[in-house]
Amino acid sequence: MNIVVCVKQVPATQKVEVDPVTGVLKRDGIETKMNPYDLYAMETALQIRKKTGAKIHVITMGPPAAKAVLQEAFALGADEGWLLTDRKFAGADVLATSYTIASGIRQIDHVDLILCGKQTTDGDTAQVGPEMAEVLGIPHISWVTELIDADDQALIVKQDLTEVEAVARIPYPCLITVEKGIFQPNLPSYKRAKEAADNPIHTLSAAQCRTLDPSRIGLSGSPTQVERIFTPTHDVKTMRLDGPEAESAAKLVAILKEDKMWEEENA
Amino acid sequence: MFRKLETRDIEALSAITGRDYVSVRDEIHPDYTHDEMTHYGCFDPELVIQPGCTEEVSQILAYADQEHLPVTTRGAGTGLCGGCVPIYGGIVLSMMRMNKILEIDEQTMNAVLQPGVLLMEIIEEAANHNLLYAPDPGEKSASVGGNVMTNAGGMRAVKYGVTRDYVRGLEVVLADGSVLTLGGKTSKNSSGYSLKDLIVGSEGTLAVVTKITMKLLPKPRAMTSLLIPFTTLKDALTLVPKIMRLPAVATTIEFMEKEVIQDAQDYLGKDFPNKEFNAYLIVSYSANTPEEMQAMIHDCAELALQEGAEDVFISDTEERQSSIWDARGAFLEAIKNSTTQMDECDVVVDIDKVADFCQFARDLSIQENIRIRSFGHAGDGNLHIYVLKDALSEEEWQKKVVRCMDALYAKAAAMKGQVSGEHGIGHAKRDYLKQSLDPEQIELMKRIKAAFDPNGILNPGKVIG
Repeated sequence: MNIVVCVKQVPATQKVEVDPVTGVLKRDGIETKMNPYDLYAMETALQIRKKTGAKIHVITMGPPAAKAVLQEAFALGADEGWLLTDRKFAGADVLATSYTIASGIRQIDHVDLILCGKQTTDGDTAQVGPEMAEVLGIPHISWVTELIDADDQALIVKQDLTEVEAVARIPYPCLITVEKGIFQPNLPSYKRAKEAADNPIHTLSAAQCRTLDPSRIGLSGSPTQVERIFTPTHDVKTMRLDGPEAESAAKLVAILKEDKMWEEENA
Repeated sequence: MFRKLETRDIEALSAITGRDYVSVRDEIHPDYTHDEMTHYGCFDPELVIQPGCTEEVSQILAYADQEHLPVTTRGAGTGLCGGCVPIYGGIVLSMMRMNKILEIDEQTMNAVLQPGVLLMEIIEEAANHNLLYAPDPGEKSASVGGNVMTNAGGMRAVKYGVTRDYVRGLEVVLADGSVLTLGGKTSKNSSGYSLKDLIVGSEGTLAVVTKITMKLLPKPRAMTSLLIPFTTLKDALTLVPKIMRLPAVATTIEFMEKEVIQDAQDYLGKDFPNKEFNAYLIVSYSANTPEEMQAMIHDCAELALQEGAEDVFISDTEERQSSIWDARGAFLEAIKNSTTQMDECDVVVDIDKVADFCQFARDLSIQENIRIRSFGHAGDGNLHIYVLKDALSEEEWQKKVVRCMDALYAKAAAMKGQVSGEHGIGHAKRDYLKQSLDPEQIELMKRIKAAFDPNGILNPGKVIG
């Protein structure tokens, strides 16, 4: 059985600047880490491997330096790495990214299960996982909060749909995206990282991806037009209500009503 | 030995701060009767007063001194040996209204604080200025004044030292109400006896601190922790002196066992990232470049693996740090939550004796058939050992806990350790302090106390009282 975990290198800090002219995140020179949600996907893969003995592949798209995130995945227990790197991939929106990574996954033999984090902490769209499943023509379940069972045929998972929870059995091949907290991710192991020094990392360029349609990748394959990216302004107003409790409470309710943060049914 | 407060006292004290900041009888919140260790008893204050400035503190003390009324100074009340508890009743002087960060001086790298500032507040404010408040006691809701009064230590003491090492200046009010300024912002001071250092760690028995000048450090760019698992606690602790000899000084070296981690998981409802092994060390490093950090991790990890560690796990992001440090920070509360009553021992021994001491505690637990939990600062030999009541009857508990504590302190004394590493003496550990020091030393301490507080009104019954 083969599991593919999709990972992404994201900025290690929340204080990332946006280029005011191009609207692009200034990634140069800032420290990176594995997208926190991907750690849950990675841990889910490790838990499934305990039950099924599956092999864990890990795939990422990025500049050559993104190799580091694959090595981190080895330190967490992954067996084999795939790095999609090519200038032609640059400027991809979610659609082109999904198509590119799906094309990369097609290069891996007999993939049964694809695991993604719910979203990344830099893009935050939560669309790449489900879109990859659509490209690959396989079923998918997003927002998985619990892995109820796994064997070599299928998964049984619980999905959080905000107002209801759904439990489903999903046969392979399939894709799931997992929520924060599905498992507590283990820490990367120094010992395993040393042992995995020779684990293979396959580099894939656009030309090396069989079946890849060059018109569907990179900037030209991206229908999304970003008009402007900006850092939202924070507007924190502190107000202190002094006086007797009942009076202050009434004032507070009046303020909340005025700001449309109070519905009568709350009363 | 002290008279009871009368209406005229309440009136006189209320005239100083205003009646709003004075509470008596039923108005007094029960929290003022104890600290975090109710095991050492609850004692009712007759009056709680919250001064808002140094002048008010001065007037309160002058009045109390003249009327011979006991004054117990209190910060956030997070102490662990009854230091802020009024065992003779009288006045509790709560410093929590004086809670302003008066200045962050980036030029000289000092913070000027009122005593009621919480540790978490100064840590955050220093970080906003890209500076580090280096002392790192686990209880972040403690007040800085309380930290100064107990000379609180904490987890980063291995590299950065304890609270005393950062106190550069104090404004204090003596028992008679006179106000003194000791030290200042300067980094050196060889000018006469260091009264400031006498006050630090004096647990409110010598003076009341009203302003504190603390040294700040440049904030290191990165902090990484290594979680190192072992088959036995002994293996873990035996490695500690060797880690200390590596060229890079670790900021923190903590030890913990599986059972305490389990308690923390139950308490927080959050899993620890690794729980397969019996014992763990957490070793942290701070560095300014990734290369520097890599070299530190490499040296420590290679040494650990060579010396029998099962693995070395790397915690290098905010989320990972929080997954291990949230648990570590919750140990005390988690252990407390797992039992009905507990007593604590905060001894400090040489770092090469920690393993033997922990084994002693383990053997004692079996011998007395009582649950004992321990964790602590392996890098500075400061242990936190908790004897737990669980389902024992009150009578049985009292007998066993006294025997266990006597045995633990006797063992520490035999190892030439000290009674308290960082929590202080209060009234709970007085007898053990007395046993551990020469009579001449105790006598000298009493003469110092008498020089500062001739009428003995400040925190009577504490430390040597």
